Amino acid sequence: MEGSAIKISGKQKSAFLNKVKELLPDGGNLSACLTCGMCASGCPATGMFDMDPRKFLRMAALGLDDEILKTPWVWACTMCQRCIYVCPMKIDVPQLIYNARASWPRDERPKGIRGSCDAAAKVDSGSAMGLTGEMFTDTVVELLEEVQEEQEGFDKLQAPIDKKGAHFFVNQNSREPQMEEDEMVPLWKIFHTAGVDWTYGSRGWAAENYCMFLADDEAWEKNVRLKSDMVKELGCKVWLNTE
Amino acid sequence: MNSDWNKDLKIKFTLQDPCQLVRKTFGDEAAEDMRYVTKKIVGEENFIDMTPNKSNNYCCGGGGGFLQSGLKEQRRQYGKVKHDQIMATGASYVIAPCHNCHSQIHDLSDHFEGGYHVVHFWTLICLSMGILGENERGHLGPDLEEFGLD
Ligand code: SF4
Ligand code: SF4
Repeated sequence: MEGSAIKISGKQKSAFLNKVKELLPDGGNLSACLTCGMCASGCPATGMFDMDPRKFLRMAALGLDDEILKTPWVWACTMCQRCIYVCPMKIDVPQLIYNARASWPRDERPKGIRGSCDAAAKVDSGSAMGLTGEMFTDTVVELLEEVQEEQEGFDKLQAPIDKKGAHFFVNQNSREPQMEEDEMVPLWKIFHTAGVDWTYGSRGWAAENYCMFLADDEAWEKNVRLKSDMVKELGCKVWLNTE
Repeated sequence: MNSDWNKDLKIKFTLQDPCQLVRKTFGDEAAEDMRYVTKKIVGEENFIDMTPNKSNNYCCGGGGGFLQSGLKEQRRQYGKVKHDQIMATGASYVIAPCHNCHSQIHDLSDHFEGGYHVVHFWTLICLSMGILGENERGHLGPDLEEFGLD
């Protein structure tokens, strides 16, 4: 469990830790660590890149900003928050990680996550796979017709798009329309059988948002607004995100 | 909706508690709801919980962008904890109510040759109601691929 010894050179103050403390309610308890190691012993990312949550926090507290802002470990922590759950002081380590991610130059953050965030920004759907509203609508309409014709008992099956005033606005992960469209049908059938009043949106229908993982707040907000604007425009009461 | 279909088959299921849905948002209440539905559709005696579970569950390793991060080796090493948890249940199916979990656990089963299948709730609900179409079975194993079709 123990990593290599940390060398302390003089009395450094962590600019990074202080910055994050200012952002968090009650400073995220970031200074209240008991060094008990509960977080590290239950973290599946412990040991990767010679790092673990306790060590990360201790290094931040000791002002070793250079090291913690450089370690690729911040991309191996899934920000799952289990460490907070088991921590006796409820210390918000993942928030620290998030801010460490955000301090990476954008073009040095993992290409895959960046690509998914950027692809979503280019289309009216918010889809990380770059699927447009029109492509999605075509896929849904065609598939629905097929099921109505071929499956017994489902000639009246619905998959509404832009239905004004529907109770539920339902987001769909891009993986289905892009790679396994038939997987959408069971959900439609359950809604149909239960008599649920729901709709997809022709815009902002995609459930995923990688910009948060990228720690790009601005792009994240843009993606969320694209969807929430659609919910408002249609006057839906509940926004159901299946991601 | 009931579990009659699984009375004789006795296929065992376990359930992944997505961090995002359970620990990070709705807490144990959502976890209890999922167990209620699971037991209804597969039968109480055919549901085997992982340890630990609910809000204390381990992340599958697909979250936080890990699947897109390019750190494949680390992602699988992280997921080994989840894989061992699943293997300990002896279940042949994992219900994964999140797309990240679904992709990650699918990859874990392949990579570590766990032999378990990963399914969505919607598949099982429709299966238990006898309305699952033949094209809607991509994630089911050979034991259920044709079950209930005439
Ligand atoms: S569990 Fe909390 S108090 Fe214990 S070492 Fe980790 S951060 Fe510190
Ligand atoms: S949030 Fe990160 S540090 Fe905390 S338990 Fe999860 S992976 Fe580990």
